[in-house]
Amino acid sequence: MKKSYQSLEDNSTNNMKQVIYRKITSKILYLGFIVLLTFSATLNAQEGDPAKGKTLFNTNCAACHQLDKKMTGPALRNIEQRLLDEQGLDRAWLDAWIRNSAGMIKSGDAYANQIFNEYNQTAMTAFPTLSDQDISDILAYTAAEAPAPPTPGPDVVVSTAATGDDSSNKLILGALALLFALLAIGLILVRQTLTRFAQEKGIEVATADKTIPIWKAFAQNQFLVLVTSIFFLLASGYFVYGYFMQIGVDQGYQPVQPIHFSHKIHAGDNGIDCKYCHSSARVSKTSGIPSLNVCMNCHKSIYEYNGETTAEYDKAFYDGEIQKLYAAAGWSDADQAYTGDAQPVKWVRIHNLPDFAYFNHSQHVSVAGVQCQTCHGPVETMEEVYQFSPLTMGWCISCHRETEVNVQGNAYYEKIHEQLSKKYGVDKLTAAQMGGLECGKCHY
Amino acid sequence: MSSNKKYWKSVEELNENSSIVETLKQNEFVQEIPTDEFLGDKNTLGASSTTRRDFLKYVGFSTAAASLAACEGPVIKSIPYVVQPTEIIPGVANYYATTIADGFDFASVLVKTREGRPIKIENNTLATTYGGANARVNASVLGLYDSLRASGPMKGEDSISWSDFDSETNQKLTDLKVAGKEIVLLTQTHASPSTSKLISEFKEAYGNVRHVVYDAVSASTALDAFEAKYGERGLANYDFEKASTIVSIGADFLGDWQGGGFDSGYSKGRVPNHGKMSRHIQFESNMSLTGANADKRIPLTPSEQKLALAKLHSLVVGSAYAGKALPEKVEDALQKAASELKRAGSNGVVVTGIDDVNAQTVVLEINESLNSKAFDPKTPIKTRQGNDKAVMTLVADMKAGKVGAIIMSGVNPLYTLPNASDFAEGLGKTELSIAFSMKADETATACDFLAATPHYLESWGDVEIKKGHYALTQPTIRSLFDTRQFQEALLKWTGNDKSLHDYIKDTWNEGILGGSSFNQALHDGVYVGSISASEIETVETDETIEEVPTSGNAARALAASVSEGSGLELTLYTKIGMGDGQQANNPWLQEFPDPITRTSWDNYLTISKSDAAELGLTNENVANGALNGSYAEVNVNGVSLTVPVIIQPGQAKGSVGLALGYGRSAGLKDEMKTGVNAYALYQNFNSTQNVTVAVVSGTHEFACVQLQNTLMGRGDIIKETTLEVFNTKDKDYWNAIPVVSLNHKETPVTSPDVDLWDEFDRSIGHHFNLSIDLNACTGCGACVIACHSENNVPVVGKTEVRRSRDMHWLRIDRYYSSEDTFKEDNTKKKEFSGLTGDKGSLGGFGEMEDPADNPQVAFQPVMCQHCNHAPCETVCPVAATSHGRQGQNHMAYNRCVGTRYCANNCPYKVRRFNWFLYAQNDEFDYHMNDDLGRMVLNPDVVVRSRGVMEKCSMCIQKTQKTILDAKRDGREVKDGEFQTACSSACNNGAMVFGDINDKQSKVAKLKEDNRMYHLLESVGTKPNVMYQTKVRNTTEA
Repeated sequence: MKKSYQSLEDNSTNNMKQVIYRKITSKILYLGFIVLLTFSATLNAQEGDPAKGKTLFNTNCAACHQLDKKMTGPALRNIEQRLLDEQGLDRAWLDAWIRNSAGMIKSGDAYANQIFNEYNQTAMTAFPTLSDQDISDILAYTAAEAPAPPTPGPDVVVSTAATGDDSSNKLILGALALLFALLAIGLILVRQTLTRFAQEKGIEVATADKTIPIWKAFAQNQFLVLVTSIFFLLASGYFVYGYFMQIGVDQGYQPVQPIHFSHKIHAGDNGIDCKYCHSSARVSKTSGIPSLNVCMNCHKSIYEYNGETTAEYDKAFYDGEIQKLYAAAGWSDADQAYTGDAQPVKWVRIHNLPDFAYFNHSQHVSVAGVQCQTCHGPVETMEEVYQFSPLTMGWCISCHRETEVNVQGNAYYEKIHEQLSKKYGVDKLTAAQMGGLECGKCHY
Repeated sequence: MSSNKKYWKSVEELNENSSIVETLKQNEFVQEIPTDEFLGDKNTLGASSTTRRDFLKYVGFSTAAASLAACEGPVIKSIPYVVQPTEIIPGVANYYATTIADGFDFASVLVKTREGRPIKIENNTLATTYGGANARVNASVLGLYDSLRASGPMKGEDSISWSDFDSETNQKLTDLKVAGKEIVLLTQTHASPSTSKLISEFKEAYGNVRHVVYDAVSASTALDAFEAKYGERGLANYDFEKASTIVSIGADFLGDWQGGGFDSGYSKGRVPNHGKMSRHIQFESNMSLTGANADKRIPLTPSEQKLALAKLHSLVVGSAYAGKALPEKVEDALQKAASELKRAGSNGVVVTGIDDVNAQTVVLEINESLNSKAFDPKTPIKTRQGNDKAVMTLVADMKAGKVGAIIMSGVNPLYTLPNASDFAEGLGKTELSIAFSMKADETATACDFLAATPHYLESWGDVEIKKGHYALTQPTIRSLFDTRQFQEALLKWTGNDKSLHDYIKDTWNEGILGGSSFNQALHDGVYVGSISASEIETVETDETIEEVPTSGNAARALAASVSEGSGLELTLYTKIGMGDGQQANNPWLQEFPDPITRTSWDNYLTISKSDAAELGLTNENVANGALNGSYAEVNVNGVSLTVPVIIQPGQAKGSVGLALGYGRSAGLKDEMKTGVNAYALYQNFNSTQNVTVAVVSGTHEFACVQLQNTLMGRGDIIKETTLEVFNTKDKDYWNAIPVVSLNHKETPVTSPDVDLWDEFDRSIGHHFNLSIDLNACTGCGACVIACHSENNVPVVGKTEVRRSRDMHWLRIDRYYSSEDTFKEDNTKKKEFSGLTGDKGSLGGFGEMEDPADNPQVAFQPVMCQHCNHAPCETVCPVAATSHGRQGQNHMAYNRCVGTRYCANNCPYKVRRFNWFLYAQNDEFDYHMNDDLGRMVLNPDVVVRSRGVMEKCSMCIQKTQKTILDAKRDGREVKDGEFQTACSSACNNGAMVFGDINDKQSKVAKLKEDNRMYHLLESVGTKPNVMYQTKVRNTTEA
C-alpha cells in the first residue's frame, strides 16, 4: 500500500535542509518514544501519546474515519473536546461507545441513536480490545492541531531556479551569437580594407578560372545520373512502403481520456495488481475496463491525492480528477452516499484490434501466464496509457514463434505435449508448434 | 493466306453509291461534334483565371488530401458499467433455462446471453419432454429484436401511458360489470397453471366473464375425441421410440401435428440397432416431411384417407367396414399395414391428422385395441386447448352485440379467422376491445387499446406442457420497451399487488412443487411433478361434446361421412419454417427453404403433375436456374384466392395443398409481406376443403434454392440400402468403397497409392469429425437456423435467393427418385446400353430428370466437408483458405480477395460469396440493417463484408472455446463437450460431433461404423464430415 506522508514538506526531497530537519525531528521523536515507553506505566492514563495514537488510528479507525472529513463515520478532529462542549458527553461515554456502540444504541442512549441514524444506520465496529491507554493515545492524536495547509514555498523556489537556469542558457547563447556577429562583421571589414589597399597599390587580385559548375558536370556524367536515380527510386520505394505499412498501426496512440487516470499512481506507486481492476482478463476474451464500483472500492475513502506531484499535475488537478470519478459514479462525498445519478464514463479505447482478429485475454493471461507488460509495456510507469505494441499480425506471430508454451501441471497439455515434442524432437514447444500460427485460430 | 472476304458493318455499305458511307470514310462522325458550343465562348474562357494546369493541380491536391484524411482511424469509445452485475463478465456467455409458449410452439430451451443480451436458443437437455427447439423456436430470438415491435400501450393511433391505460380500462371494466355486460377473454393456449388461476380470479372479480381459448391452427377434433373418451381435454401423447410399426394416416407428426415435438423419439427408433428399426407407413395427400421419411408412402386424397382409416379399423379391431371400395393398390397396402400392425401388437401405433372427431376416435380405439406402448393417454399433452365451437359462438355473439368487452392475448383473429370480417364487425359492436400483442398486427390495430406485451425472453411464465410436466419461463433481459404481460394486467385488474414472479412462485409452491425448491426448478427450467393443476380452471364450452359413437360406430360414421365431392380436395398445412404465421416478420424464417419444395419467401399451391397438366398449370425453369410457376385461382365455397402453383411430386392425384401462415398484412416490413393468407380457406377450422382450381394469367417468380432434383441414379451421393440387405449382406455389398484403376487393377480410392496428395500426420491433438446419420435426420431444418444465428449468416432476400446467392452455410438437400425408389433408379442407370434405343442413355437420362409421381425422398444436410485434401485450398491465389491441424478448413476473410476460384473448385458447392454488403445496407433491409436487429449477432464471429467468400467453419469459435475452458481448468476435454451449432441443435441425434483422436468418443466409433461413407468419396478429398448410410425398412409382412 501507499506510504502516507504527513504533509508535502516531508516529501520534498530537493530541500536538503528540511530533510535534515525531519531526520532530527524523527530522532527526537524516537528518543521521546523510548522515554515514554519507559515511563508509560507511571504516566497518567489520560495523557495520551499522539504518535502512538496515530498508529492505532491508522490501523483501527482510518477505514471509516478521517480527522477533518466526514466519511462512513464522522470526522474525529478534537472529538473529545467537541463532545464535551457540544453534547456534554464525557470520556466515559466515548469509551463505552468505542467498545460497544451497538449496545449503547440498544440501550436507548439518545445521542448514540442520533448518530446511528445520521450515518445510514450503520453500526460502528466494536473495539472491546482497545485499552484505556490506547483510547487516550488515539484521542491525543485527534486532539492535535490541524497542520497548516502546505506552503508552496519549495516548489516555487524550484520552479524559479529552473526558469533562471533556462534564461541564463538563452543569455549565454545570445552573447555567443552577438560575439559571432561582431567577429563576422570585423572580418568583412578587414577584407574590405585589405582589398581597398590592394586596389590602391595596383595589385590585381587573381580571380579563379571559370570552371564548369558541379551540377552541370554531374548532369553530363550519365553513369552518375543513372546510379543516383536508381538510388532515389530505391529510397523512395523504401519510404513509401514504410509509410503504407504504418497505416492502421497505432503504436504510441495516446488519446486524451475523459478522466485523467494515472496508471503510474495506481499500478506503479501503489503497486495495485493489474488484475484487481481488470479482473475479467483471467476468464474472458476481454480484459474489461473496470466498472465504477471497482474504483469506488478504494475511492470511497481515498478522496484526495497525497502522493508526488509534478509541475504539470498538481494535487488540485488529481483531486479534481477524483471528483470527476465521484460525479460519474454518482457519489456524494459530503453525504458519503450514492445519489443514484450516475454517468457512465466514456473512455477512449486505446487497443483496437480489427473485428476479424480474435484475441482472448484469458488464453494469454491465465493459461500461458504472459505478463500484462509483455504486450502493454511498462503501464506502471505511464502517467497516461499509450499503445505500447504495434498490434500487427507480424508482432503476434513473432511472439508465437518464440514463446515456449508453459505446460507445467496442466493436464490438458500432457498428452499432446508428449507427442508433439517427440515429433519435433524438442523439449519445449513453442506456441507455433502447438498450432498457434494457423489462420483459423485467430480469424473467424 | 489472307482472305479476300469482304466484311461489312452495315447493310448500307453494300450500297456502292451511298453518301453516308462516303462521308463516314472521311469522317468518323456523321454530324459535326459540337465543340464550338462547348469551347466557343472564348471570352468567358479567357477571363477565367483557372488554367487547365491549375485545375489538374486542384484535383490532384484534393484527391491526395482526401486519401490522407481517410487514413485516420476512428475514435472508439469503451463504456464500462457503473455497477457491474456480479453474474455478468464481459466476453463470457451466460445460459438461462426458459420456455417458449407462444400458443403454437412449446419448448423448454436454454438461452445464451452475452453481455446481458440473448443471442441464441439451444436445447434444454434437462427437459425430458419438449426440450428440443425446432427451426421456429431457434429463430424466435430474433423476434426479441424486431424493430417493428410495439414500444408501449396505444389507444387507437396514440401512445398512452400505462397509468392512463389502467385508469381507462379499469373504469370501463367496472362500468361493464355494473351493467352486467359480458367480458370475454380470448386467449391463445397458455397451458399455464398460474394464468388459469389468474383468469379464474378475474372471473370472480368481474362476474360475467367468458374465457375462450383459440388456437389459430386447431386441434379441436382430436381434443374433442380425447375428451369424450378419457374425460380430460388434452391430446394423446405418443412416444414413437417405443413403436416398431408406425402407421400414419394424414398425420405430419414430424412437422406440427398436434403441437409437434415427436421427431426426437421417432428418430431414435429409426436408427438400426441390433438389426432392428421401426417401420413407418404413411398415407397422405400432401408430400409432408413425415411422408418423405416414411418407408412406404401411399398418396391418398383426404376423403380416401377417411375410408382408409375406417378400413384399417375394421382390419385391426375387427369391426365391419361399410364404406366405399378403395382402389386395389390402396386396399392391398392397407391389408399389409394391418397385418404388420397386428404382428407388432403392442409395438404398433396408428396416428391420424384428419380433422374429424370420428377419425380421431377411431385412432384412439385402434391404439387401445393394440394396447400400444407408444400410445400414452395418461399424460395428455396440454399445448392445444382451443375450442372451435366456442370461438364460433363467440363470433356470433359479438356480431349480435352481446359482448361488452373483449380482451385478447396471443391471438390475431383478424388474420387467422376464416370469417375475419364477421369478427371485425363484432369487434366494432363491443364497448371495449384490448389486444395484448407484441406488434400492431391486424387485430391490434382494429382494437380500442393495444397493450404492448414483452417477448417471451423478457417474460415470466409457467407451462404445463404435458400433464405433470411443468416448465418455467424467466426473463433473460430487461424489457426493451414499455411493455406489460397479459398476466400482469390481470393482476392489476383484480387489484392484486403481487408481482407476477411472486404469483407464479406462490402458485408453484402451493400446488406444483410439493416441497421441492422453486429456484432449482427455475434453474432447470423444467419440473416433473405428479399433481395436475388443470383442475383449477376448466375451459368453458357452451354445449357438451356430442355423443361420440362407441367402438365401430365411429369408423362407420367416418366412412359414411365421405361424400362424392366434385373438384379437388385441398389440405391446408403449416410449414416447418412459418408455422401459424406469428413470426412472419422474421427474416431467418422467411429465407428458410421449405424442406420439401426448397422454396423460400412464399407459400403456394402444391398440385400433382397430372392434375396440373389437366388444368394447364405449369412450372418452368428459367435460364438462371430459377423457378417460375403459373397462378391458379382456388375457390372454396365462394372464397377465392389467387396463388402460385408448384407441381409437387408425391402429391396425391385429386388433391392440392396450401400452407397457412403467409400473407400477413400488418406489423411487418414490406419485404416480409409474402405469400397469400390461406386462413381464408380454413372454413369451420377444417384443414381439408373441397376446392375448384382454375388457371389464371401471369407467372410467379419463386425463390427456390433447389429445383425438383432427382438423384439421377447417383447412389454414391446418398447411399441407401434396405434393412434386409443391411442385416444379411456384407458391408462391401451395400456400402462399397469406390475404386479407381491403378495399373489396370481396381484400387479403392482410400488407398494412399492412388492419392495425389501426401498424407499429413493428424494423430496428435484434436481431429474433429462430424457424423450425419441419414436415418435419424428428418430434414426438419433446426440446424439451418441454429447455424444462421451462431455464425451471423446474412439474409439476402427473395430476388437474391432466386439468383442462387443464398448464404446458408448449411443446406439440407432433398432428392427425389425418378422411378418409384432410388434403387430402381440405380438399376435403370446401370442397365443403360448405347446412346439411343429402349435402354439408351440419351433418352434414359432425360427420363430420369423427372421425379416419379410418388417418389422416394432423401434428405442430406450438406455443409463444408472440411476435406483433408481440400480442392479449394490449392487454388486460392492468396492462401486465404488453409487447413488446420484439427481438421478444420480455415477461411481467413481478411485475406480473401474474392476470386471465387475456391467455390468453383469445391465439389460440394458449399462456399458462399458475399455479392453485396448485407449489413447496414438499405438494399437489404433485414435485421442487420437496424441497431436493434444487430443485437442478435454473435460477437465471437465476424460479420463478413462484401467481396469475401465464406463457408462453414465447423464452428471453430465453439471448439476453440471448449479447448480454452479445458486448458484453464487444467483438464482433458470430455467426449460430448465439443459441439457445433448444428450438432447441438439436432435433437434427433442425427449429427454427432467430436474428436476422432479420442478413441473412446462417440464420433470415433461412428467413423468405424459399417454404415459410414464420405460424400463423393471417389473424388478423393478425404472429408472430415461423414454420413451414415440410409437404411429403409422395406420388410413387408
